[in-house]
Amino acid sequence: MPERTPSQTVGPYLHIGLTQGSYGAREIFSANLADAGLAGRHIRIEGRVYDGQGNVVPDAVLEIWQADDQGRYAHPADGRPLASNSFRGFGRCPTDKDGVFAFATVKPGSVPGPTGTAQAPHINVGLFSRGLLKRLFTRIYFEGEPANAADPVLALVPAERRRTLLAKADPGKPGHFRFDLCLQGANETVFFDA
Amino acid sequence: MDDVYSRAGSRADPPYLVPDYVGTRTRAPQRPLILIPQTLSEITGPVYGHSDVLPEEADLTKQHAGEPLGERIIVKGRVLDEAGRPVPNSLVEIWQCNAGGRYRHVVDQHEAPLDPNFTGAGRCVTDGDGNYRFISIKPGAYPWRNHPNAWRPAHIHLSLFGPSFLTRLVTQMYFPGDPLFPFDPIFNSVPDPKARERMICRFDLEATRPEWALAYHFDIVLRGSRATPLDADHA
Repeated sequence: MPERTPSQTVGPYLHIGLTQGSYGAREIFSANLADAGLAGRHIRIEGRVYDGQGNVVPDAVLEIWQADDQGRYAHPADGRPLASNSFRGFGRCPTDKDGVFAFATVKPGSVPGPTGTAQAPHINVGLFSRGLLKRLFTRIYFEGEPANAADPVLALVPAERRRTLLAKADPGKPGHFRFDLCLQGANETVFFDA
Repeated sequence: MDDVYSRAGSRADPPYLVPDYVGTRTRAPQRPLILIPQTLSEITGPVYGHSDVLPEEADLTKQHAGEPLGERIIVKGRVLDEAGRPVPNSLVEIWQCNAGGRYRHVVDQHEAPLDPNFTGAGRCVTDGDGNYRFISIKPGAYPWRNHPNAWRPAHIHLSLFGPSFLTRLVTQMYFPGDPLFPFDPIFNSVPDPKARERMICRFDLEATRPEWALAYHFDIVLRGSRATPLDADHA
């Protein structure tokens, strides 16, 4: 049987290949996952990435993968029909010089979990950058969501670290959420291995 | 719930913290990863295929008015999973520096010339049997500031998706016999020497086109599933 090809860093020049739109070439990905007419609550998630010295990370790219507002994935392993063909559930966004990224999307619905459980609304996140030899994987949950209490993945996270996975609503801007990632330190984001 | 995707193969990957690669020191997470089950959120993933990509995007030598300088190469191979099954209809993205070792990127200040006829980005989608193919020019080695007199061996970055969120891979393809291998902390971040060899393409005389371009063959093996996701009991 063939053995896996190892992971390597994207390096500092990832934009050439991964965000071609950033220099005017044809882009196939977007940080906007939701057409204006897509059903669901339209939201914006903005955040910043910090390294272990508290400096912003200006050369990362984030990828998100999520279900639609009914909790359905645009993928054959889900199999349930989607309300919209335009929804693909995937977004990609580089951080800017201030370490900032932003996605426009719809809030996902609850997704089936292991053995009959239900997962709270969440968005899978992959993070690549110079200095990361392999992808970091985390999830965005939503602060104040009642379903969080019964989420089977959050239950595996020590209670004091769960806050690092919660996007916080911006009280001044309806539909706007804040989600920062810290690669190291006291506020280090919880990263997963599945 | 049983795993759909194998976990053992991740031994091939480098750790996050490799102190000789200075950039990892402030970016590698310091707390252990939390193991979670493979739920519907992980065994699904983005589906991008032939309708997203233009055929000419697989030829990095045809993106400008003239041809880029350097040694024209064909880079081709198959995308497989750990069970040896082809990964069909799956997006492959590549990027690289030019023949002189310079990236077309504002951050790259290496004193080597930019090539007005070379951007260094390509994409294609694997065929039904997992095959992919690019035309490019051989990238040069280039210096970086990791340590005194540090140089990266020539490489091409590859980004692959496979069938799920868990099969996503970004790696680098190296060229046979590069004298810089022993000195490169990124290449050597992979602990197993045999796994390092799997990042080196092989020269392919049969696929080499006479009077035109050398060919290099590079198979990429993604994380494998014990069953196709459609068969798997993910509930």
